Amino acid sequence: MRKFIALTMALVMIFCLVFAGCENTETTTSANTEATTDAATEATTGATEGEQTAADIKIGFIFLHDENSTYDKNFIDAANAVKENLGLTDDQVIFKTNVPENSECYEAAADLADRGCNIVFADSFGHEPFMAQAAEEFPDVEFCHATGTTAHTAGLDNFHNAFASIYEGRYLAGIAAGMKLNEMIENGEFTAEEAKIGYVGAYTYAEVISGYTSFFLGARSVCPTATMEVQFTGSWYDETAEKEAANTLISRGCKLISQHADSMGAPTACETAGVPNVSYNGSTIAACPNTFIVSSRIDWTPYFEYIITCVQNGEEIAADWCGNIDTGSVVLTEVNEQAAAEGTAEAIEETTGKLASGELHVFDTSTFTVGGETLDSYMADVDTDADYTPDTEVIMDGYFHESEMRSAPYFDLRIDGITTLNEMY
Amino acid sequence: MNSTEKHKREPLLHIVKRDSIVWWKSWLIRILAVAVALIVCAFITVLLTGENPISVYATMIDGAFGTKRRIWSLFQNLAMLLCISLAVTPAFKMKFWNIGAEGQVLIGGLATASCMILFGELLPSVVLMPLIIVASIVAGAIWAVIPAFFRARWNTNETLFTLMMNYIAIQLVSFFSYIWSVPKGSGQIGVINSATEMGWLPSIGGHDYLLNILIVGALTIFMYVYLRYSKQGYEISVVGESENTARYIGIDVKKVIIRTMLISGAICGVAGLLLVSGTDHTITRDTAAGRGFTAIMVSWLAKFDPIYMVLTSFLIVFLQKGATEITTIFGFNSSFSDIITGIIIFFIIGSEFFINYTIKIHIPEKGGRA
Repeated sequence: MRKFIALTMALVMIFCLVFAGCENTETTTSANTEATTDAATEATTGATEGEQTAADIKIGFIFLHDENSTYDKNFIDAANAVKENLGLTDDQVIFKTNVPENSECYEAAADLADRGCNIVFADSFGHEPFMAQAAEEFPDVEFCHATGTTAHTAGLDNFHNAFASIYEGRYLAGIAAGMKLNEMIENGEFTAEEAKIGYVGAYTYAEVISGYTSFFLGARSVCPTATMEVQFTGSWYDETAEKEAANTLISRGCKLISQHADSMGAPTACETAGVPNVSYNGSTIAACPNTFIVSSRIDWTPYFEYIITCVQNGEEIAADWCGNIDTGSVVLTEVNEQAAAEGTAEAIEETTGKLASGELHVFDTSTFTVGGETLDSYMADVDTDADYTPDTEVIMDGYFHESEMRSAPYFDLRIDGITTLNEMY
Repeated sequence: MNSTEKHKREPLLHIVKRDSIVWWKSWLIRILAVAVALIVCAFITVLLTGENPISVYATMIDGAFGTKRRIWSLFQNLAMLLCISLAVTPAFKMKFWNIGAEGQVLIGGLATASCMILFGELLPSVVLMPLIIVASIVAGAIWAVIPAFFRARWNTNETLFTLMMNYIAIQLVSFFSYIWSVPKGSGQIGVINSATEMGWLPSIGGHDYLLNILIVGALTIFMYVYLRYSKQGYEISVVGESENTARYIGIDVKKVIIRTMLISGAICGVAGLLLVSGTDHTITRDTAAGRGFTAIMVSWLAKFDPIYMVLTSFLIVFLQKGATEITTIFGFNSSFSDIITGIIIFFIIGSEFFINYTIKIHIPEKGGRA
């Protein structure tokens, strides 16, 4: 009898499934025709009625983790800010957190489209192919993706990448680091030759290399004797590994730590050891009041406002959008006066102006050498392909044009003065 | 709990093991447990959201069944969880604590991904597909048979051994994710053969998940018949009840352990194949998504019966989907769905106590209390 009940229930479920399956084909076809008619109507009325009001906007966000990751928190904060700035209601903004980088991401994106979102945004690099998959299926919904590399060559009108010239922010943060080193040298804590920076990176990926190199160049611009060691963790988010990497660097004599990985591992290791830390993604002052100096981060609010305004006005969203200091996308947090060297805030402000005006370039080829030589030409891999084919000249007018050919970073030169300790990742 | 009357030493409540229980009583207890769990969940949700409980349940049902897409996704998730549960079941029935399903699935998935990457452009589909299938099954089986061999040969602790094999598998996947990452150095493999779709399991009638569901359906029936009606299934039960008895009646215990783990691992390999070749078309450390551990619960709750496991895995997947919907609609942190799932599972496991034991209330014979 028990078996019988279990079997019946199992059978009922199978029937549900078959039923769902049959109906699904019908709805797909009807949805397709609907979509075509929609598109047709839009095409005819688009010119006159292209504009939508804020009330018509519905935006869905897909986050890899939740607020516990500094990386995702940065996006979540921006999403909340844009919601407030534009007066969007709770119904118009949908969050999906902890969406892994597999078909779950496609499911989440498609579900958001089903809910009537006209914009779907995903925040993690690995979400990209699944966002592109959803974009193909829902031509009327805009799919925007942060940090990706393929939209500019994908040929999909409704699939977009975005990033920001965060290397400029890191250069500025590097100045704060260099000034701190100078202060410690002056105080006699160590000699100028011992001014070694430690950097915890995720992978030997262009985004990370571009990040630590710009940070280092910023630091060396004020502390000429600075050197740097980089320890990789092989993960974008691994609190233990990041903590361990920071501790390794500290024990190797690094006087200041910065990181490009998304947990609180490195900042807390620094606070415990009393080593100054320049952070990323946002302020860690609450957890690290004595060692946190400053943090660079991308403020995604301008991009979110941009895509929402585009959809409202019926304008095209750029396939590959790159924010910078001017758009307000590259920002630094408040300087922590308790840990930072005197005059840090002023120095940052001054250099910010120079970077924004184009007077100063982060990757000025006269400021670094590769294998002892100054570069005057470099082909970078801008149009992504599996085999890594360098395809674009990026050194012109005396500097490396980072994030100009494509928003996602492609600076992957190993410059002199930086030692990578474990290149296995 | 003790009676206050000193001359009577008997406590007010007795816990007595039940000899047997009528089937409807045990089901009544289970249904009651779910009902109480739902009330507790509703209470907590209402406290946090201020919504009325009916709308909270409606949201959960909507999250699981609201659209065709969600129903498909529900059954896809159910199929994957069920598949891994089927895999661990014969081992558990044998009292071999295989908690390495997570790693066995990952290794199966990694074998699938490797074939797709390495041979995607070299071999025609007719050769590639069988190769992928064999590779994933063999990989899963090897990963499972290593601890089984050590257990059978040197009586090592299989719980620790299988658990540690998980971490090795995760690290191997990390390693190859880096080696094969696109673009180089990003640590992400991305969708494999997205242009050619080489090595992708076909979709039936435009439904990407249907094949997965059908395969798992067939596996369920196979496992039911295997455990219940085959000689090997009987041997598994005997070894599980008592290894000494099994030896006494002439069962080769070592052989049974290794053979059963081969099956267990092979089905995990199939799960890896379905996840990588049939669903995600990529591999990451999260491909198994903790199902290797959830499957243990599914299997236990169903008392190792494959047909009941359809129900228990349905329950768990339904809860996950429903609770995720609550977090999305009410803007909670996704830990909320874990809390809800945790409460319900707690009550269901708790109900097993009342199925196995009964509480006798001792009423004093003298005295006025009724």
